[in-house]
Amino acid sequence: MTKLKPWISLGGIGVFAVLLLAVAPVVLSDHWLNNLGKYCCWAIAAVGIGLAWGRGGMLVMGQGVFFALGAYSMAMHLTLETAGDRVPGFMVLYDPLAPLPAFWEPFRSAGFTLVAIVLLPVVVAGILGYALFKRRVKGAYFAILTQALAVALATLISSTIRETGGDTGLSDFKYFFGFVLNDPANKVMVYAITAALLVGCLLAVRQLYRSRFGELLVAARDAEERVRFLGYDPANVKLVAFVVSALMASVGGAMFVPLVGIITPAEIGAAASILMIAGVAFGGRASLFGPALGAMAVGWGQSSLGSTWPEGWTYILGLLFVVVILFLPHGLSSLPARFAAMRRRPEPPPAPAIAAAELEEVRS
Amino acid sequence: MDALIPQLLNGSAQGALLLLAALGLSLTFGQMGVINMAHGEFLMLGAFTAYLVQQVIAAGDLSIPVALPVAFAGAGLFGLLLEVTIIRWMYRRPLDTLLVTVGVSLILQQAALQIFPSQGVPVEKPGWLDGQLNVLGYGWPLRQVFTIALAAVCVTALSAWLKYTSFGRRIRATVHNRDLAETTGISTRSIDRLTFFVGSGLAGIAGVAASLIGGTNSQMGAQYIIPAFLVVAAGGIGQLKGTIIAAWAVGVALSCFAYWTTGSLAQVLAFILVIVFLQVRPQGLFTVRTRSLA
Repeated sequence: MTKLKPWISLGGIGVFAVLLLAVAPVVLSDHWLNNLGKYCCWAIAAVGIGLAWGRGGMLVMGQGVFFALGAYSMAMHLTLETAGDRVPGFMVLYDPLAPLPAFWEPFRSAGFTLVAIVLLPVVVAGILGYALFKRRVKGAYFAILTQALAVALATLISSTIRETGGDTGLSDFKYFFGFVLNDPANKVMVYAITAALLVGCLLAVRQLYRSRFGELLVAARDAEERVRFLGYDPANVKLVAFVVSALMASVGGAMFVPLVGIITPAEIGAAASILMIAGVAFGGRASLFGPALGAMAVGWGQSSLGSTWPEGWTYILGLLFVVVILFLPHGLSSLPARFAAMRRRPEPPPAPAIAAAELEEVRS
Repeated sequence: MDALIPQLLNGSAQGALLLLAALGLSLTFGQMGVINMAHGEFLMLGAFTAYLVQQVIAAGDLSIPVALPVAFAGAGLFGLLLEVTIIRWMYRRPLDTLLVTVGVSLILQQAALQIFPSQGVPVEKPGWLDGQLNVLGYGWPLRQVFTIALAAVCVTALSAWLKYTSFGRRIRATVHNRDLAETTGISTRSIDRLTFFVGSGLAGIAGVAASLIGGTNSQMGAQYIIPAFLVVAAGGIGQLKGTIIAAWAVGVALSCFAYWTTGSLAQVLAFILVIVFLQVRPQGLFTVRTRSLA
């Protein structure tokens, strides 16, 4: 992985921002703009996964949990905003006199909701990450545990139909912080906020990668013991990356709700979490743009092929995992470097340096 | 107290099923360090094998005893195929193995969905599993007793095989020190293949047991894979006794939680219990002391 020159990556983000914020709203129809917004939500979560997994070596297979924290916070607020003073419709369905559950009440406030979208994932990921990383849980254990959490949360939401809407989820939002969601102009605004957030996340991650922290993170991924011997605590470095990635997943989830108009446990469970990983693996886990672009590509496949040709799409997704991980572990974004290396000298490029470190993790 | 005995017995049967599912994993994950997310789909293959065998032998009393070895061989061959085509290239990248096998499991699930009816297939319970066993005034379904017996047989056979046969010794030698094993003339490549065959085959047996207790459909593998991994992790890597205790504990906990709350909430609670347990003992119940640093 050669480091991009500072102006190249910054210029890339600039071009990306212009494409998303200036070109797309003009060129695309309302329908496709909305879809693009949805892909942007997945891309925001993917940028975080790229940070935690690509740079930090933590395979986060349960980002659905944090996606859900943001999404359900937002959805609860929008539901209450739509319902006004009354109790949301789906709750009355089972019991006409059902009171509003206590944990819903604070989400009436817009300010509280925004704070919750940011603070909830930070607190949850902070506690979880602190406990796991300090006990040096890593590698496959970490991946399985996070995946188990996503399964557990999805099951919990499915089973609490009275409090969270269960499998049908939360939907039918009419207002978004006072704006009417049906208005096309407001839809463009929601899209623009999402796209701007994605660009912001890319900028933040770029800054992190170029900082001392980014160097430490990569070092902790490749040789955790050496980092420890040098006097740093890898747990803290990984914790920060994990919390930032959780925050990004939550933001992606929060914007997903007004754009798509529904959130269900299916969007946050094990399968959804794996879908988020798929995009990152496809695009290139350790690169700056790879995760975002990969997630958008997979998102496009999921929403177009996934609905018109679901059987085929699942096969494609499965093959994508197998082929990309087997032959192109650093994703599509590593192709240019590979070609360049092949042109310089005909022999194949050396095996990636992460291999040895990962082996250590599982064997230990 | 009256409520406790059924929960204990039910839970033991659930634990036995989990143990069967985890047994193969503890071999491939514990001994080889390969994280096979398609293990659940091998289990599903075993369950569908039970159904297919019943189509051939017309659901007689013999169908399940016949299905067990067929499922073992069938799932084992699938595992062997996976090892030979994909996993052999991935031994140096364990975390990536996890993702590759996620892809394989997606493909197998979809294939099962298209080959078999989407609502699943019925596996008929043979007549000799219909009765109940009276334990302290509680009628314990024979199906559950059968699951426990099957798990006990598998565990005994596996540990005896690992301990006393020449194959078992070679597997253990390869696990402990691959280079040295190679030097003494053991073909570590064929040992890898053999281990993977047996591990996947055990998933097939678990599938037959699962088909007698729950539904047989394309999603069933996904249900078992995460709990099975948690059981292996909580039991400690490379330790059969840890896996056994962990599986039993999780089974009983699931059953008790389900009695006090609801089925899905019980799953959530059991997951959280295991996760909290792994905080306290990240290496699992029993650990093998190694000289590695971490």
